[in-house]
Amino acid sequence: MTKKGINLKIKELKTNVALVKDLELAIGRVVEEKWAEQMGPTPFPGITTLREWDMKLLQRYKPFYLPFCDVCCLCTFGKCDLTGDKRGACGLNMAAQQSRIVLLACCIGAATHTAHARHLVEHLIEKYGGNTPLDVGGLNIDVEAPVTRLVCGIKPETLTDLEDALDWCETEVTHLLSATHTGQEGSNLDFESKVLHAGMVDQVGMEIADMAQISAYGFPKGDPEAPLTEIGWGTADVTKPVILVIGHNVPSAVGIIDYLKDKGMYNAVEVVGICCTAIDMTRYSSSMAKIVGPISWQLRFIRSGLPDLIVVDEQCIRADSLVEAQKIKAPIIASSPKNCLGLENRTESPAKEITSDLVNGKVPGVLILDPEKVGEVAVETVMAVAPKRNKFKIIPEIEEIIKAAQECTQCNECMRACPNNMPIPEAMKAAAKGDLNPLAEILESCVGCARCDSACPNDFPLHSFMVKAGEKSLMEEKFKIRVGRGAIQDVEIREVGGPIVLGEIPGVVALVGCANYPRGGKEVAEIAEEFAKRRFIVVSSGCAAMSMAMVKDEEGKTLYEKYPGAFEAGGIINVGSCVSNPHIAGAAIKIASIFAKRKLRANYEEIADYVLNRVGAVGVAWGAMSQKAASIASGFWRLGVPVIVGPHGSKYRRMLLGRKDKEEDWYVYDARTGDKVYASPAPEHLFTAAETKEEAMVLIAKLCMRPNDTTKGRAIKLTHYIDLHKRLYGVPPDDIHLYVRNKADVPITMKDEIIKVLEEKGWKEKRIPDPTLLPRLIRKRKGE
Amino acid sequence: MGVKAESWQRAEIPGPKKALLILKPEVVVAMVKRAKRPILIVGHLAAEDYSDDVKMIDYAIRMSKTAGIPVVATAHTISEFIKRGFHSAAYMHAMDIGNRLKDPEWKGLDGEGPYDLTLFMGLPYYMEFVILAALKHFSTNLKTISLDRYYNPHATWSFPNLSVKDWNESFKIILNKLGGK
Repeated sequence: MTKKGINLKIKELKTNVALVKDLELAIGRVVEEKWAEQMGPTPFPGITTLREWDMKLLQRYKPFYLPFCDVCCLCTFGKCDLTGDKRGACGLNMAAQQSRIVLLACCIGAATHTAHARHLVEHLIEKYGGNTPLDVGGLNIDVEAPVTRLVCGIKPETLTDLEDALDWCETEVTHLLSATHTGQEGSNLDFESKVLHAGMVDQVGMEIADMAQISAYGFPKGDPEAPLTEIGWGTADVTKPVILVIGHNVPSAVGIIDYLKDKGMYNAVEVVGICCTAIDMTRYSSSMAKIVGPISWQLRFIRSGLPDLIVVDEQCIRADSLVEAQKIKAPIIASSPKNCLGLENRTESPAKEITSDLVNGKVPGVLILDPEKVGEVAVETVMAVAPKRNKFKIIPEIEEIIKAAQECTQCNECMRACPNNMPIPEAMKAAAKGDLNPLAEILESCVGCARCDSACPNDFPLHSFMVKAGEKSLMEEKFKIRVGRGAIQDVEIREVGGPIVLGEIPGVVALVGCANYPRGGKEVAEIAEEFAKRRFIVVSSGCAAMSMAMVKDEEGKTLYEKYPGAFEAGGIINVGSCVSNPHIAGAAIKIASIFAKRKLRANYEEIADYVLNRVGAVGVAWGAMSQKAASIASGFWRLGVPVIVGPHGSKYRRMLLGRKDKEEDWYVYDARTGDKVYASPAPEHLFTAAETKEEAMVLIAKLCMRPNDTTKGRAIKLTHYIDLHKRLYGVPPDDIHLYVRNKADVPITMKDEIIKVLEEKGWKEKRIPDPTLLPRLIRKRKGE
Repeated sequence: MGVKAESWQRAEIPGPKKALLILKPEVVVAMVKRAKRPILIVGHLAAEDYSDDVKMIDYAIRMSKTAGIPVVATAHTISEFIKRGFHSAAYMHAMDIGNRLKDPEWKGLDGEGPYDLTLFMGLPYYMEFVILAALKHFSTNLKTISLDRYYNPHATWSFPNLSVKDWNESFKIILNKLGGK
């Protein structure tokens, strides 16, 4: 798609017939259409366009509301008690209120990614020009924007083309947010439909952001052999001045790297990062940037005094980053309009003047809304500040910890504040006797929130105590992570599309999301390896991709060193940062489009129906924390991809659960005949929270089953499900009979055992349909 | 024994309807004896907490045997029951059992009808909190008891925050007195 904008302004025009003054003529765009595919039924869908599809999903996967709060306090009628069947002053009941809060969360998430994309695209257009071509994979990727093509019906070719889709995202988020106003939507199911719409918008927003940065910054373009780079506290060369970047939007970090390159200073400064900016920074330069760790590493690294200067951009940054930076006497630069930290806007000041103010401690930090200027100020400041700071830290010495521990009153307030109920009082008791190991053990599972610090009536910096206790292992953290590769190549989809749809590759497991883990990040690595060994395709992004890297085997290798980075059975793929998630959705979409030749353009419902019934993909957000994680998940739900969250995900207030005991919920149309056929509860849930990693593993294997599985594919999937169930639960599953459609589905190695179960359950053979939930896709009806 | 109705996790502010405090373990005994269809839900922490010698799951087994209460083990907890030679527990995903308990038409594990009393133990505090909240709001005929040693405000009845010693003492009394059922 190419387009041209025409703007004509005439101040004064004298002709024979008239005098024209202040004439202004604007033609928004002339679109030159190059995409031959016919427009599908739902281009740029409005908030109710896909409501029928949503209701089909919600009919099967009914919301199970888990109220996190009994009241509503969103207007001055309130607070309103919504307990039981009570209604608030506005007439809303508890179910609708919960779904309304879920919608609010997803609007926040979708707005955040869309705004991220908007800032990025505007910046890149200004820097590289609007005609910069989109290139996410060269000749290997023809379907460059599967989500945007599917949802919006456009085929963007340049950075400027992305603005149409961004305009649409912004409009939709505004409509969706407005639905949460008092006296608007009243139905919980309609709120849920809007939640799904927010998720779809979010996917478009993220895809735009990642396409733009891959194309303009030259990130790896769908490269399975993307280089390995360093991750871990111990990889930072702290003998140099250290710049720490935190956040998600990479231009400021790029500004720093570019400045170092331009000045030939790349050996003089260490640039390290936390969270997704770190991932994207290594996509820009894997040799000049290092990753410290996921979001939960913020406080521990800052308090260690190792960073000499901190640059924050946007999203998931601690709101007290300025306070913490001041404690270690490190200047801070805020670089996003969304996160100004109360600092003076010095964007227009000369770089030397800003640097001088920071170096001399005249100001603790500044706001600079110009990535190139951030680069210059950050580098020049850190060079001058580092020798002065001398790595000033606020991590206490062991003697101080022991003294504090001896004064600890065992009031339990720290434990009661800890999200994971960690036994901090017990650890303090041990510390009082000089044993710091229990504190170090807690750090291994610590999410880094420091609520224990805030809760302590003695103001003991308990998180810092843990960091000191675990200091030795932190310093030894040296791992390898594969740089985010971006999209999945079309050729990879052609090779695995068939085996996935037929069930012979048992599933695609996407490990995504934040680091609010119940027992530390190593569980993510355990899940990943379990399924890679079983020849599933394992895909990762964001903090989960980092946590997976931070575990070594006996030979000292990480998962990224042991498993290939290709989208193939047994591969472990890091697609990139949070905004790279649509490459995972895009892979599912491309299976329908490239492998199955389904029409892609603005054809959302049909593609989602295909994915739900045929593509055995499951999302796992083991440490899901944010509103962005909520909207990312909802984008997968609407597309027919189930999502499992860790136990803290139960606080998202609502699950979407199937009921395998209700046979009537599991009928699909057989597209060949139009018959309604029982298709087994596959996938059983669209959204649920697992209590333990063991449960998550069993659920993953189970939720990969799809109605379309061939007998061979179903047998393979059942083998994994039954094997994991036996190993982790100690018993075979009690619902095998629901998933065996005919005896060819039975895994050969388990035949005797399963046949016996089938006989006990009174099992009857079932038909394998050509499954669809959409009557319009029935090719031939009875009697025709 | 503490007597305050304070959520264990400080920020879990509930209300207006909050769990009644179980100030005497006999309350649990009376509730169980009065119930026609009780059920016990046991999460994975039951096999880890609260002490090295006796785990919550051991009490769950004895309670089930003593009072004939069916057990649903969530997550992988079933393996811990089997390790202890207890084979009559059912197992279900915590969200699934919560969702079914919410449904007044669900006939229970045995198909005999809905349950009227659900006892919980061993789920992560916050997970139990939200499941109990779901049942409080959407399953008003079901009584719930939190048997953990932390006050869980969305139950109908909950222990206050207890020391391990007091919790153990309470359970011993419960098991002794349930023997008469």
